[in-house]
Amino acid sequence: MSSSITATQSTVHGASRWLIPASVVALFLAVLGGVMIGPAGPTWWRVPLELLNRLPLISIDSGMTSMEWAIIWQIRAPRVVLAAIVGSTLSIAGASYQGVFRNPLVDPYLLGVAAGAGLGATIVITVNRSGSSDWIIDPLPLAAFLGGLLAVLATYLVGSSVKNDRSSISLVLAGVAVTSLATAMQTFLLQRNSDVVRQVYSWILGRLSTATWSDVRLVIPYVLVSTVALLMHRRLLDVLRVGDEEATALGVDVSRVRLIVVISATLGTAAVVAVSGLIGFVGIIVPHAIRLVVGSSYRIVLPMSLLLGAVFLIVADIPGRILDNPAETPIGVVTAFLGAPFFLLILRTRQAQR
Amino acid sequence: MTSLAFENVSVQYDGRTAVHGFTDTIKPGEWLCIIGPNGAGKSSLLRAITGVTPHGGRILVDGSPLTARSSRRRAQLIAYVPQSPVLPSGMTGAEYVLLGRNPFVTHFGQESALDHSMVNDVISRLDLADLAQRDVDTLSGGERQRLVIARAIAQEAPILLLDEPTSALDIGHQQQALELVDKLRREHGLTVVSAMHDLTLAGIYSDRLALMHAGHRVAHGPAEDVLRAETLGEFYGVSVRVHREDDGTIVVVPNRTSLR
Repeated sequence: MSSSITATQSTVHGASRWLIPASVVALFLAVLGGVMIGPAGPTWWRVPLELLNRLPLISIDSGMTSMEWAIIWQIRAPRVVLAAIVGSTLSIAGASYQGVFRNPLVDPYLLGVAAGAGLGATIVITVNRSGSSDWIIDPLPLAAFLGGLLAVLATYLVGSSVKNDRSSISLVLAGVAVTSLATAMQTFLLQRNSDVVRQVYSWILGRLSTATWSDVRLVIPYVLVSTVALLMHRRLLDVLRVGDEEATALGVDVSRVRLIVVISATLGTAAVVAVSGLIGFVGIIVPHAIRLVVGSSYRIVLPMSLLLGAVFLIVADIPGRILDNPAETPIGVVTAFLGAPFFLLILRTRQAQR
Repeated sequence: MTSLAFENVSVQYDGRTAVHGFTDTIKPGEWLCIIGPNGAGKSSLLRAITGVTPHGGRILVDGSPLTARSSRRRAQLIAYVPQSPVLPSGMTGAEYVLLGRNPFVTHFGQESALDHSMVNDVISRLDLADLAQRDVDTLSGGERQRLVIARAIAQEAPILLLDEPTSALDIGHQQQALELVDKLRREHGLTVVSAMHDLTLAGIYSDRLALMHAGHRVAHGPAEDVLRAETLGEFYGVSVRVHREDDGTIVVVPNRTSLR
């Protein structure tokens, strides 16, 4: 009996036994690589030595100047940490959205977060084109965050007002409608204020280059709440895979679970979009790549998305810094360039295995 | 053992009434088989019991109404084998059976060691060890059906609902699935409600039949009372012969009405 118990449990949890530690190691290496590589600053091998030197009880002479350390700590480190946060949040939110809507093509921007945030950012940039000198806080991330949340709220109100809805389809359609509306309003604003087009465009393409520790502090509370809530729903996301009807018969309050997951995923997504702009592809490509390798149980897909989403965006951020320095390639362009072929590669190798 | 009672139960979809005033009492440990032509309201009635579809009137489990219970508590009492179950691709047989433990796990919780040992127990009792580690995508119709029944058994609910459990199976697997349900019913004292198309099988396995037509219960009772050529002719619009075998089995045979 006891041997067969371990047999079933291993199918659910055992595959993660080496995958999770391996992903943690990958994350560690990505972070290290992220702080070592950059256009200016010290020679790469001095960075790990200096990091060790900064640890308590260890003293190594890395030969790094305080100016060079400032580049590492004030410019590269927050950028790497923010990339990790944005990547992991978009990935776990994407995976969760795919779970509650049972649609593999869904991304975290489905219900209008991106368009709402884009509209919010456009309004602020238009109104405040002279620069944000007389504001106490930077209004741009706040407006993007609120815009994203309001758009999803509108989607939910429109989508759930449809009577006799027994599926999530009306919610998805409402998301499409709200996205179109917000995009149309944004286009209208840009037509009227063509002088800010470049500024808005650069926001939309996404950027991590201006990341500071205050950006990190700004998003951390939302991202933590969102991530913990989503991880706690990993088992229920597996139950939802049998469909709304059977999940209901199995005792799941489907609409409540969907609401909590959507709120959590939206909160995290809106927060990271507010500081990083719209970085596409991450929320679809990372969870899919993980599914192709480890299977589709959300008990593994969610924690792996968290870790490998961070790795993916840290790595994707590196070529942009070096390629056409000093004018950087936007991160959104890099994720698409890296993501699409990578995805095809995994798809092909998996098919070859079958 | 648990009883199930219907008091004037109705089910509506978008203003169309699928079930009209269904009233019946199913005794603890009884197997009621609901028969009737397509669209008669059989599935709607089962879906109302699971809570998937809202209903009018009252459905009582051991005397207290279902609607007064939380969805989790209801799922602890009622297990449901749907007509076309979804077996998520990439899931193993054991993972699928484990879904049946959902009513016993809290919202944010994970399955306990007890849940896992329950699942292993069900898998070994139902002789499904071969399927436990296989992807459900690779299974045959009969294997899938056994797995869905295993999931319902893992739910440990005293009431088992089966919606067309044999419609996708060949005659051997039909018999196998129904024998399995019958054996489990006797072992666990399950109260069973099934919707079935095969009238002969319905008569063989159930204690009692309820014939539905256009949402109404038009006849009910033991097989020999309900499975009569004139009754079936009236509500199914068919021409059949009904044989009674020596052992009491009622056999329904369609007549060929075209020219011979």
